[in-house]
Amino acid sequence: MSRPRRSGISRALNFFGPFIGLLLVIALFALIPEVQGRFLRGANFKSVATQSVIVALGALGMTLVIIGGGIDLSAASNIALASVITAYAVNAGVSPLLALLLGVLTGGVVGMINGRLVTKLRLVPFIVTMGMMGIARGAAKWIAGNQKIDAPMTWVNELMAKNPRPSWLLLAPGVWIVILFAVAMAVLLKYTVFGRHIFAVGSNEATARLSGIRTNRVKIAVYAVSGLFCGLSGVMEFSRLTVGDPTVAVGLELDIIAAVVIGGGSLSGGEGSILGTMVGVLIMSFLRNGCTMMGWPNYIQEIIIGAIIIVAVTVDRLRHRAE
Amino acid sequence: MSIAAVAPPVLRMTGVSKSFGATRALDDVSFELARGEVHALIGENGAGKSTMMKILSGALAPDAGRMEIDGRPYAPGGPGDGLRCGVSMIYQELNLAPHLTVEENIMLGREVHTAGWLDRRAMSAKVREVLALVHHPEISPDARVGRLSVGAKQLVEIARALINRSRILVMDEPTSSLTQEDSQRLFELIRSLRDQGVSVIYISHFLEEIQRVADTYTVLRDGLSVGSGTMAGTPLEDIIQLMVGRKFTQLFPRIEHAVGEEILSLHRLKGTRMAAPVSLTLARGEILGLAGLIGSGRTEMLRTLFGLDAVTGGTIVVSGEELSGRKPWTRIGHGLGLLSEDRQGEGLATSLSIADNVTLSRFGPYRRHGLLSPARQRRAVADWIGKLKIKAKGPGQKVGDLSGGNQQKVALARLLHQQASVLLLDEPTRGIDVVSKSQIYEWIGGLAREGKAVLFVSSYLPELLGICDRIAVFHRGVLVEARPTADWDAAGLMAAATVGRTSRDKPMEQRNAE
Repeated sequence: MSRPRRSGISRALNFFGPFIGLLLVIALFALIPEVQGRFLRGANFKSVATQSVIVALGALGMTLVIIGGGIDLSAASNIALASVITAYAVNAGVSPLLALLLGVLTGGVVGMINGRLVTKLRLVPFIVTMGMMGIARGAAKWIAGNQKIDAPMTWVNELMAKNPRPSWLLLAPGVWIVILFAVAMAVLLKYTVFGRHIFAVGSNEATARLSGIRTNRVKIAVYAVSGLFCGLSGVMEFSRLTVGDPTVAVGLELDIIAAVVIGGGSLSGGEGSILGTMVGVLIMSFLRNGCTMMGWPNYIQEIIIGAIIIVAVTVDRLRHRAE
Repeated sequence: MSIAAVAPPVLRMTGVSKSFGATRALDDVSFELARGEVHALIGENGAGKSTMMKILSGALAPDAGRMEIDGRPYAPGGPGDGLRCGVSMIYQELNLAPHLTVEENIMLGREVHTAGWLDRRAMSAKVREVLALVHHPEISPDARVGRLSVGAKQLVEIARALINRSRILVMDEPTSSLTQEDSQRLFELIRSLRDQGVSVIYISHFLEEIQRVADTYTVLRDGLSVGSGTMAGTPLEDIIQLMVGRKFTQLFPRIEHAVGEEILSLHRLKGTRMAAPVSLTLARGEILGLAGLIGSGRTEMLRTLFGLDAVTGGTIVVSGEELSGRKPWTRIGHGLGLLSEDRQGEGLATSLSIADNVTLSRFGPYRRHGLLSPARQRRAVADWIGKLKIKAKGPGQKVGDLSGGNQQKVALARLLHQQASVLLLDEPTRGIDVVSKSQIYEWIGGLAREGKAVLFVSSYLPELLGICDRIAVFHRGVLVEARPTADWDAAGLMAAATVGRTSRDKPMEQRNAE
């Protein structure tokens, strides 16, 4: 079966499609004289990258969940809980590495519970994770005694340092962690059976079951992975703030979902990509960064990002139709 | 002489063409539909019927050509325009909102209201009236459409078109999921609509049925109109020849196969959705047909056997090993494979590629060190595309873009690729063209020759009689009897399916009760 060759332009467009929005945003601020100089500096790109880490980690897991036809509204609460647990552990004197692992695992456990509830109770993911959003947030506040947990400085706090200590790293260790996991997840989605199964479950769960896929297992795994990423994201949040704050990241789950959707994820499942999601994260970060430099008030940013979500999804639909 | 000669046709299409990229889907097609006639539109999958009907409904704009309704130019800008001009479509793949009730579906977009307040009583009355008109007054207007059988859903679709007072009714495979009895009622309904001056464009792969219901026919092949005429006096062979463009030899190819040792045995199998326990045996190289009315329990039995519904009693023995639990993946491990009757809803992941759909149940060969190789996956599937003569651009094409017959081939390819040794086929030829059907019969025969066992559920008696070694009949959840095909005829099967006893006049409940 030979496949008709598509023209170079349309292939290029397909490949670069997700990047066009990002380039437009960067070009927009690069052309404004007032901020041009500051915006285009390497140091600024570094700080944008660092600011993206927390949303990016959450969005990696969320991409899997959304491709699988689900949603995880508890992501931000889970991040807060993990940051509190990490701070608590560091404070209790355990080794920083163990504290970090505890934070990540906490997230994983919350995700696993999400997955089990979705599959065993046969409830809609929206409802289950909305409930978990409250439970995790409450648990975080409870454990933290309703205040911030101070913790001594350790190397964990350097994960989010804009200027990393061995300076040849160039970017904060957290950024490298994101890149590493983004590649791993992209490979997982494209080149593993688990990845194919996620797409199948999201595209048509009945077909997947009929094909012998253990759909419940896939779903539980997807939520667990999402939880682990939230846990890691929580560790980064702790690293950035140097305290465990149970009230941090309120509403961040919507930013995370927005990143996936801007990147071409479909809320009805079966569609989405890691590359797209990462571009979605960067679009939002650059917008925030540029708007702040312009001295535009917060509400302007909110309006712009809201509009971007709608435009991005519309463009994505058009691109699909043109195929 | 007749008025029809003077009055303009209800619909006239002149020189209509439409291309998709390099493919010419319709090439200078002209078509006339008279008032009060049933006009059959015949052709293989991909011949251009759907494109032509989409242009008629306004869902697609033609590249060239004109259309007239009642002698006035008709150039619909969208499906809404078609509907307003009295063109109603009843699609093969049902277009109903499963979460809404029968009434809500029928009245969708045509709600009776006063200043925005729904007039429930008026709507109920209209809905009851129209349900009586389709001879199914027993369908409750308050029933959720998602809970109805496929056949009942189709009647709801027809009712929806009727309430629109359409003058041109397009029916795409309306009987593909109806029982013989329901089809009979539908034909009566079509005749009574015709006598009231409604014109019907009737698309079907069941040629016998077309012969019964249609007044005139038009045959499309590869986007061209290759012939039309009056139905009366035209032998079916001529029409088939027009369709395939060559002499058509045999619809049911006889593939010699030998029946071997027993591979599957059910003993008083009972499931959550099965009305009665079922016992049967199946041997390697055997094709066992399951006849019965829609809703008679055949699908439920297959689903229980495959572990999609929980087993509540009895035993399943495959190759000497007893199976248990409710896990489709373990069934696959034991060599069972199920082809679902609901191709769109369950059988295929339509947003995924052909390659993914075919290999979904067995990724093993394309995996090394935990990583999948999409390239090898696509290469292997390219072979299947060739072997099964699937018309597609390549393994990467989305299954949703394929025609019905080709989609079904993809679903079947999955079972073959899975190397299932017991195939559970639920209505494998529903809604597909005669050539694809013939190919599927050939594969089923070939599979039996390789020593695979086939359970073949069908509501189309000629194909059961044509290819099965034995046929069993379901009646209200009870397995009436399994007999060699030679002992059955269509009348006997129908009698067993409708009244639950064989022509020998023995009530089968007794015989089954052991």
